[in-house]
Amino acid sequence: MADQAQAAKGDFISNLGKIYGLYTGGFFAFVIFLAILEQLGVPNQWIGYGFVFLTIAVYAVIGIISRTTEVGEYYVAGRRVPAVYNGMATGADWMSGASFVGMAGTLFLLGYDGLAFVLGWTGGYVLVAILIAPFLRKFGAFTVPDFFAERYGGNFTRFLAVIVLICCSFTYVTAQIYATGIIASRFLGMDFTVAVYVGLVGILLCSMLGGMKAVTWTQVAQYIVLIVAYLLPVVILSTQKYGIPVPQLTYGQALRDIGALEQNMLSNGLATAQTLKPHIKPFTTYDPLNYFALILCLMVGTASLPHILMRYFTTPSVREARKSVAWSLFFIFLLYFTAPAYAAFSKLEVYSTVIGRDLDSVRPWLFTYGVLGLVKICGADAVSVDAIKAACSQIAGHPGVIRLQDFSINTDVIVLSTPEIAGMPYVIAGLVAAGGLAAALSTADGLLLAIANALSHDIYYKMLDRNAPTTRRLIVARILLVTVAVAAAYTASTKPADILSMVAWAFSLAAAGIFPALVLGIWWKRANTAGCIVGMILGFGICVYYLVGTRYFAVHFYETWSWLSTASPAAVAKFAELKTAWMNAADETAKSAAWVALDKHAQTVANWWGVRNISAALFGLPVGFLAIWIVSLLTAAPSKEVQDMVDATRRPRGQTIIRDKDAALPAH
Amino acid sequence: MEQGEDRYWRRTSTLMWTMFALWVFFSFVIHFFVNQLNNIEFLGFPLGFYMAAQGSLIAFVVMLFVFASAQDKIDREEGVAEDE
Repeated sequence: MADQAQAAKGDFISNLGKIYGLYTGGFFAFVIFLAILEQLGVPNQWIGYGFVFLTIAVYAVIGIISRTTEVGEYYVAGRRVPAVYNGMATGADWMSGASFVGMAGTLFLLGYDGLAFVLGWTGGYVLVAILIAPFLRKFGAFTVPDFFAERYGGNFTRFLAVIVLICCSFTYVTAQIYATGIIASRFLGMDFTVAVYVGLVGILLCSMLGGMKAVTWTQVAQYIVLIVAYLLPVVILSTQKYGIPVPQLTYGQALRDIGALEQNMLSNGLATAQTLKPHIKPFTTYDPLNYFALILCLMVGTASLPHILMRYFTTPSVREARKSVAWSLFFIFLLYFTAPAYAAFSKLEVYSTVIGRDLDSVRPWLFTYGVLGLVKICGADAVSVDAIKAACSQIAGHPGVIRLQDFSINTDVIVLSTPEIAGMPYVIAGLVAAGGLAAALSTADGLLLAIANALSHDIYYKMLDRNAPTTRRLIVARILLVTVAVAAAYTASTKPADILSMVAWAFSLAAAGIFPALVLGIWWKRANTAGCIVGMILGFGICVYYLVGTRYFAVHFYETWSWLSTASPAAVAKFAELKTAWMNAADETAKSAAWVALDKHAQTVANWWGVRNISAALFGLPVGFLAIWIVSLLTAAPSKEVQDMVDATRRPRGQTIIRDKDAALPAH
Repeated sequence: MEQGEDRYWRRTSTLMWTMFALWVFFSFVIHFFVNQLNNIEFLGFPLGFYMAAQGSLIAFVVMLFVFASAQDKIDREEGVAEDE
């Protein structure tokens, strides 16, 4: 029986090319089928539902087929995932709903400075490959905290790693579920809360029965949908405009046109030097310090996020793990090097057909998004010509044409509106929605599994009940998965603005909490338990202190550290003035209003050397590294056994370090 | 035996530091000069912008494939590669 199952499994792996080839072909056929239906007059709403429900159904079917009762399959997909497919799965795992929908919009708004995200979210894979992933694969851990416990000994390091993991993953998964809700409600007119729970069902169907195995094979399917959906509209657009279907090459021309239009707008009084950020001009939003700090924190954070690292536990060998990181980055690169093209084409469209137009002749696509509150003209939602005329007439001396400062657009609109701007049929817009959903669902799956596995494997099995039989381990794993998923969906359904803005913190938290101990654990034999504990607590602690202090206790933070703040003399004077106003406020209402104003201003001046809190790891990282180094050298060296273990970790040949008694994994 | 393992780790570390230096160069150093590079045109793009939007990314991808095969070569030559 077991042999048969093994043979069938081998069959599945060797036929992967055929299976996913057929799947991709089927997906294109489905898109064409819906396009035909659209031509026959089927309403847009139905096309949208067709896309969303069919793709979710396919993911669910893959999830159910991949159900498993084996621990090794549940936690690390049996360590049988070939490099290329693991690369695709990592790509889907990595690219979130926000990357898919919001990245191009960020580049639209920030121009060159937004490229910090493009660089930061790709370059980290170099660190993953050269410093971490192959060694973790050789180690044979089921989770990232597993490595900490074995390398540094003791459950306290494991517990610290679990805490960091949950801190950086939970807000992130909440944001993914929120993104599914936003996409489904915008495209399908579904109620937001209902959409969140539909997303939850989609996520659970993919991950609950088959754990890592099921998530892997659905993520491959989701990658294919999301990359097709991202590339197709902008390829069509590039072909229409420049006759070359490679938008990544043709947008150089668009950048030049944007530059010329920017000059025109300035000379025609359609824009002021304060409101116009020239697209290719560096450091208009971030100063160089913050630009490079952000790149560093995003890259190191990438190399520390547990849901990414655990993907490399699934490859058949160390060699495949290395290759797999290269493939991951290639698949991720396809999306990230296209995003600036989206931004440039959209900006050209806005500058050439919106700015400087008569209010009467506004392009109709603006109203589609104005109704949703995503495009504003003269400060009012652009719902109709009359509405924007009324709003602009309120502004003294308004010339009657749209100026740059009159126009504001939500970052999500850039990708979503491209099909419509280019006059493509609705089916392409539906495809984009399906792609955004695939991106959000796949990332949510990976994160959820990372959290639930840390709870079930590290906390329950390794810390509470070391004798739990296989069946109980898997039941506990599934109960925890559902619990975490429901908690995240519930949190998302309350639309927590704070949680969503905290997502960007995940990178700094992971970088400061995990990276130093992880890298030194592999590359420095002398690193010991005491060093690891002190380094994690101090590095992570200072990062949390900076994030929370500058955001939630800004007044106090500024007063404590005003000597390190880079606030200008004017800003310092303003702080003092607001502070006096708050102290002298007559009654409670005035006092709380004065506090709000004071706190808001304090957030702009509460900093150390002007570093924004998104880059808090700039402090956490060196502190973490230094603490591990100093404390390790002051205390006894790790035992001979541990040092031998590090040696074995560095050698690809031989057995994994950790071997789970319940997991029947192929020997290597 | 000990000798061989030391040499393996030395070669592995050298490769790591080479890649690390390239990573520092393409992540940070090259972008310090964005303003100067923007005066040069490359494929119709200002070069400074191009490097951040595409150039460095392409370098990262190529680096990782080169790294995977270079490390594999070291593994084989030093006799620590896994069985196929």
